[in-house]
Amino acid sequence: MEFFSEIGANLSLGFSQALTPENLLYCFIGVFLGTAIGVLPGLGPIATIAMLLPITFKLEPISALIMLAGIYYGAQYGGSTTAILINLPGESGSVVTAIDGHQLAKKGKAGLALFTSAVGSFFAGTVATFLIVAFAPILAQAALSFAPADYFSLMLMGFVAAVVLAQGSLLKALAMIVLGLLIAMVGPNESGAPRFNFDSPEFSDGFDFVALSMGVFGLGEIIRNLEDEKTRQAIRSKWRDLIPTKAELKEMAAPILRGTALGSMLGILPGGGAMLGSFAAYSLEKRMSKNPQEFGKGALAGVAGPESANNAGAQTSFIPMLTLGIPSNPVMALMLGALIIHSIIPGPKVVTERPDLFWGVVTSMWIGNFMLLVLNLPLIGIWVKFLTIPYRLLFPAIVAMCCIGVYSVNNNPFDVFTMAACGVAGYILYKLDCEPAPLLLGFVIGRLMEDYFIRAMRLSFGDSSVFFTRPISLTLLIVSAVALILVLLPAIRKKREEAFAE
Amino acid sequence: MRKWLLAAAGILALGISGASAQNYPTRNITLVIPFAAGGPTDTVGRLVAEAMSKSLGQQVIIENLAGAGGTRAAGQVAKATPDGYTLLLHHIGMSTAPTLYRKLAYNPLNDFEYVGLVTDAPMSLIARLNFEAKDLKGVLEYIAKNKEKTSYANAGIGSASHLCGMLFQAAVKQQLNTVNYNGTGPAMNDILGGHVDLMCDQTTNTTGQIKGGKVKAFAVTTKARVKNLPELPTMDQAGLAGFEVAVWHGIYAPKGTPKDVVAKLTDALQKALKDPKVIESFANLGTEPVPQDQATGAALVAKLKTEIEKWRPLIQSAGVYAD
Repeated sequence: MEFFSEIGANLSLGFSQALTPENLLYCFIGVFLGTAIGVLPGLGPIATIAMLLPITFKLEPISALIMLAGIYYGAQYGGSTTAILINLPGESGSVVTAIDGHQLAKKGKAGLALFTSAVGSFFAGTVATFLIVAFAPILAQAALSFAPADYFSLMLMGFVAAVVLAQGSLLKALAMIVLGLLIAMVGPNESGAPRFNFDSPEFSDGFDFVALSMGVFGLGEIIRNLEDEKTRQAIRSKWRDLIPTKAELKEMAAPILRGTALGSMLGILPGGGAMLGSFAAYSLEKRMSKNPQEFGKGALAGVAGPESANNAGAQTSFIPMLTLGIPSNPVMALMLGALIIHSIIPGPKVVTERPDLFWGVVTSMWIGNFMLLVLNLPLIGIWVKFLTIPYRLLFPAIVAMCCIGVYSVNNNPFDVFTMAACGVAGYILYKLDCEPAPLLLGFVIGRLMEDYFIRAMRLSFGDSSVFFTRPISLTLLIVSAVALILVLLPAIRKKREEAFAE
Repeated sequence: MRKWLLAAAGILALGISGASAQNYPTRNITLVIPFAAGGPTDTVGRLVAEAMSKSLGQQVIIENLAGAGGTRAAGQVAKATPDGYTLLLHHIGMSTAPTLYRKLAYNPLNDFEYVGLVTDAPMSLIARLNFEAKDLKGVLEYIAKNKEKTSYANAGIGSASHLCGMLFQAAVKQQLNTVNYNGTGPAMNDILGGHVDLMCDQTTNTTGQIKGGKVKAFAVTTKARVKNLPELPTMDQAGLAGFEVAVWHGIYAPKGTPKDVVAKLTDALQKALKDPKVIESFANLGTEPVPQDQATGAALVAKLKTEIEKWRPLIQSAGVYAD
């Protein structure tokens, strides 16, 4: 009982902060800006927040944080719009959304895909916010028990998920993952020594995810569309397409629930957990589905699950930052920087010393999620309209936006060239029937996995049994092994059948 | 057409004369920060930039050019037009780069004009909460007993925590099990989780955790105690005689920037460091502005020279290079 009255008191404190007209306005500005930059290909929350940082110095710390948080999760919302409509995932979280979301759009169901994404995200955001309200300190403590060895096993599980992502040939998917891994090798290793940089400062920090993703997915898609007038699939959608049928509602309900649960759990882990959420959810849905062959061809569950996981993770990744002062990603680090400028030293004491700030921000997230839903549902019609713009105008605009966006990430012109080269590579991969999603996953997980592996081995003085003696790590390894067997079994069986047929 | 050309020439001439100090500055000044937005160096840069804007009468805008351990930004500023509109704020890394990077594209002592020192940010030695030592003496005993089994976290090569760790290992004459992280966040995460033993990092990053009782703190690395962590002795007081390291910051301009422009900038920096708001914000970061006589080009060059010499043997004997 005490538990609930405490939550009630915290919530009312939070709402009293978040519901002031001023903070409502900043929340709205945040989610609106977030949606806008999310929709614009390449422009990400980091560049936007860095640009807005000077403005936040003049605001109350709580208003500043509410607005910056809004930009962050608003961008997650907006990012899926571009992924679905033009196959351009600007963040690792929306890579999998692009797979089935864009196929749905091609089938003329862009409205439905966007609706699913919006509703799934809202539901996930609400649940995840509630989790923060009720359990933030406990969850943060639980996340701390993840040692480098456990993170390594978690990333290994991500790799297995990447294999499941594959729709066509398993061998090609594996090849793509390894290619992604190899690309990730460029740049400094864990101890800072450079690798494969050809003595050029351009390569010294490795490749940028946004440049790679924009190139392989976005530009590759555009080149492919330019190839032949006839293969250009017009995406048309009408307003009424947005409202799902009863059967479709039923189809998305369970994936949304599962995605929310998975995303919330992984989002708590500051070492790259949030990023794994959408990948893991996609793999899970494909496993659970009665029609796994539909995945990759426009399965609704392939949008609902990952999108919910993505947004749930975006919310729960605030837990380590708000309760411990540990940033889960560069965006959070920026927000902590904003707090420091306001003379609030981030750390575990913020919850007790500035409860108004903590609960105000948390409740504002729920309000912000609601605003996003209200803002985005009517916008779907407008987004879909954008696709009726003739290609000769749309394509150059997308390419120009991509260039600006990619440049803005690091203020580095080299990233734009990287993107251009990746565009050509993406087109070649398409011609070879190789999917880009496993490549990107291999790229993001590869580097993390190597870092965690080395850290784990250093801490265990070179004893690799640490991966099997730590309970968390062992559990994750067993899950990965089982999942891998489940994936491989049908392939093996098929081989056998083929052999028998001969 | 002719008229138009003349007008264009006039504008151009104006632009050129803008480089002289007479009416400098006539437009926004860019202060390049070699690290990502939100970090300790960025915070120092933003606070100073805002205060300098006031006395210069033009906005000083922050541009974050992270990458290659800060050398990318320094290299770009070294090559920038020396007109006083592109500046660099860099920390202690300016003095370690010439040794850490054997193929550096610029020379810190030849390719810049020097505006002045800004602040010496203190660091503190912390440990996981269940670490058995109570004070620095205990830490030294623990290290003597466990030797290289003692683990030390740092935020990546060339980072402040990496440098402090090198100095610490030299001081205790014991190689520790160094675990590299990419950034203070993940390193702090593993300290809080109890997975790694020790870390020495800027108080900006550690104060919140120390006050929150989530880590053990033993000492600060500066010559004097730190105001907002009064309970912590200095390393020297606590048993490591002569151990001193601070993350010093300086502002640089490209070589060839007119002398009078640099003088104006130095003047603006000195005024900024007297600004009560800067003093207060620095205090919250656990630091304070350098004395006025240190906020000069001469003091910065002198500091840079001694620091390059201080770190060279340490880095060389550790044998870690970033290229």
